[in-house]
Parts: sequence; C-alpha cells; structure tokens
Amino acid sequence: MIIKILGTGCPSCKKLEANTREALKQLDQDDEVVKITDISEIMSYGVMSLPALVADEKVLSYGAVPAVEAIKDMINKNA
Amino acid sequence: MLNLFADWVTYGLLSLAPKTLLAGAVDFFIYDTIKIFLLLVAIIFIVSVVRSFLPPEKIKNILSHKNKFVGNILASLLGIVTPFCTCSAIPLFLGFVEAGVPLGVTFSFLVASPMINEVAVVMLLGLFGWKVAVIYIFSGLIIAIISGVVIGKLKVENLVYDFSKNKNINQLGLPSLSWKQRFVYAGNYTLDIVKKVWLFVLIGVGVGAWIHGYVPADLIAQYAGGNHWYSVPLAVLIGIPLYSNAAGVIPLVSVLTEKGVSMGTTLAFMMAVTGLSLPEFLILRKVMKTKLIIIFASIVGVGIIFTGYLFNLILK
Repeated sequence: MIIKILGTGCPSCKKLEANTREALKQLDQDDEVVKITDISEIMSYGVMSLPALVADEKVLSYGAVPAVEAIKDMINKNA
Repeated sequence: MLNLFADWVTYGLLSLAPKTLLAGAVDFFIYDTIKIFLLLVAIIFIVSVVRSFLPPEKIKNILSHKNKFVGNILASLLGIVTPFCTCSAIPLFLGFVEAGVPLGVTFSFLVASPMINEVAVVMLLGLFGWKVAVIYIFSGLIIAIISGVVIGKLKVENLVYDFSKNKNINQLGLPSLSWKQRFVYAGNYTLDIVKKVWLFVLIGVGVGAWIHGYVPADLIAQYAGGNHWYSVPLAVLIGIPLYSNAAGVIPLVSVLTEKGVSMGTTLAFMMAVTGLSLPEFLILRKVMKTKLIIIFASIVGVGIIFTGYLFNLILK
C-alpha cells in the first residue's frame, strides 16, 4: 500500500513520518511512504488539522501524531 | 489544602524562619506552581476531550452558509475549544473558505481560536481568580465577533488568493474516534502542552515570587504604573512578539498587577500576547494579500486597546 504523510513541514509532521516508518519496520513491511506538502493536494483529502496519515487514499488519522503502536493497529486494520 | 502543603514545605521541610522575605517568596512560589500545574492538567485534558468531538473539519460544516451574524457568534464560540497552531493556519483558512464559510465568519474564528486558549485562561484563573478569567473569555468573544462582522462588511474577498482548483474532496470520509482514542489524544495533548510550558511557568512564577517578596510596590508603580494614557497601547505593542509565551508572561504580570499595574492594561497585554501573533501573520501571507492582514491586525488591535481602556475604567 502507499502511505502518505500530509503536512506542511512542521515538527509534528516529521514526528508522524518517523513514527510511521518505525511502525512499518516493526511490522516488517516496506510500503512506500510519500510526503505530501502541496497545500491544494492536502486539502483534497478534506483534512484541515495537520499532520494527517493516509493509506491507499484513505485518511487514517488527522490533527494528531499517533504513537507507533497506534499506527501499527491502523495499518493492520486497513491492510 | 495547597496552602497547608506550601506552608509545610517552607517552614517544616526547609525550616525557613516564618515572616521573613525569603520564606514569603518560597511559600508563594510553591503554592502558585502547584496550583497552576494542577489547573493546567485538569483543564487542558477536559478541553481536549471536548475538542476531539469538534475538529475543524466538523466546524467548517457547522459554519458553512450560516447567516452572517449568527455565524460570527458561533465561530467565536467554536474558536474557544480549538487550539491554534501556526502550521495549521493555512489549511484551516482554505478549508473554511472552500466550504463556503463567509470571510467575516472565518475571521471571527481566526481571532477567537488563538486568543481564547486554554493556557492563557488557566494562568488567569490560577493567578487572578475566576472573575478575571471570565472577563477575559467574554471580551475575547466580543472582539472576535465584532472584528469578523467588520471584516465581513468591508467586502475584501478580492484580497484572498484563489486556491479552489481541487474539488474532489474526500471521497472516503474521515475516521471517527473511539472513547479510548479520545482519552489517549487528550492525554498526549496535555502532556505536550505541559512539556512546552513548564519551564516558562517555573521561571515566570519564580521571578514573580521574587518581586512579590523583595521589590517594593512604589518602585514598580513608578516605572510600570499603568495609569499613563499610553500604557494600554504600549502593553499591546510589547505583547505582539511574545506569542506562545503566555505561560511565562502571566505570572510576571500577575505580580505587577498586585503591585499597582491596572487590570485593563494587564488584560490588553494578555490578549495581544495570544491574539496578535507575528508568525501567524507571516504564514497567512500565503493565502491573502498583506493589505488584508494589516486590516485584520488593526481591527483586532483596536479592539484590544479599547477593551484595555474600558476595564481600566470599570475595574478601578
């Protein structure tokens, strides 16, 4: 699956990216992680609170930085 | 009870001689620090749980196509529970505009959201009592409503850049949260804020305790007397670059107020610290012309100065 991190480059966006990569590593998955910083593209997901986590075009979380464990849960549920 | 604990630490544990300046300052420091941290944790946690039900994504739907005046009131009220983070300012603004929220209503939200934030309210509550905290919230609401109504009347839509090229908004819907997720979110958010402000609170209360114990009132009244005609606008100007340091600024201001600076000046200062933020203005230049930012900042600034004078008159 393709995982997208929506964010304009603030510290929490970087934290979300790091947590997501860690979660994928722990799950032994090597899915592609893409950072989306273009504001119009971010807006097209209907998200206003950043950062947001998107897997296969579905918004998994927004406006928060979930912990590694929580991200693993979300990825598993949407796999 | 907190009082007893502070007394116990000061006189029992540290065995400082009662009635000395040092003991007074230490007692004040312990009492205020513990009180503020308890209030911070409790209030931020509760507000965060409430907020998890009202993310901006939902608020924009509530506000879209509302008639003008009701929209301004509603936007200001919803702004209370929404934290304002400079990095979300752009998506927030664009999301509102795209959803058809009138520009004036959007601005009401943009004023209320940072100005009435939980850290500022907790600090005011802890140091001045609930009356001042309530006055602060109400004045903030009124400034937000009026600023939004005025901007709405000005017809400045042409000063906003057009971003509406993406129309296929969110085909799959946003996830909803379980109660457990709400509590985890609230817990994390509270922890984040406490981590961010604890040092400022300690320094602020520390310097406050020192002034409280050692600096005579006449000295402060002489330099920061607060009864000059220019003290309100001056306080507002000083407040603009101090954004996000509300936690450290308020304890200092609290002691200055105790020593003679008037309450209206203090409130105006606090509102300028939270409501007028330079980083926010710079970020907003990506979506609107500088002219509109200047209009926005001036209207809010005038509102704050007016509030300051008003409460200097009323709260003698």
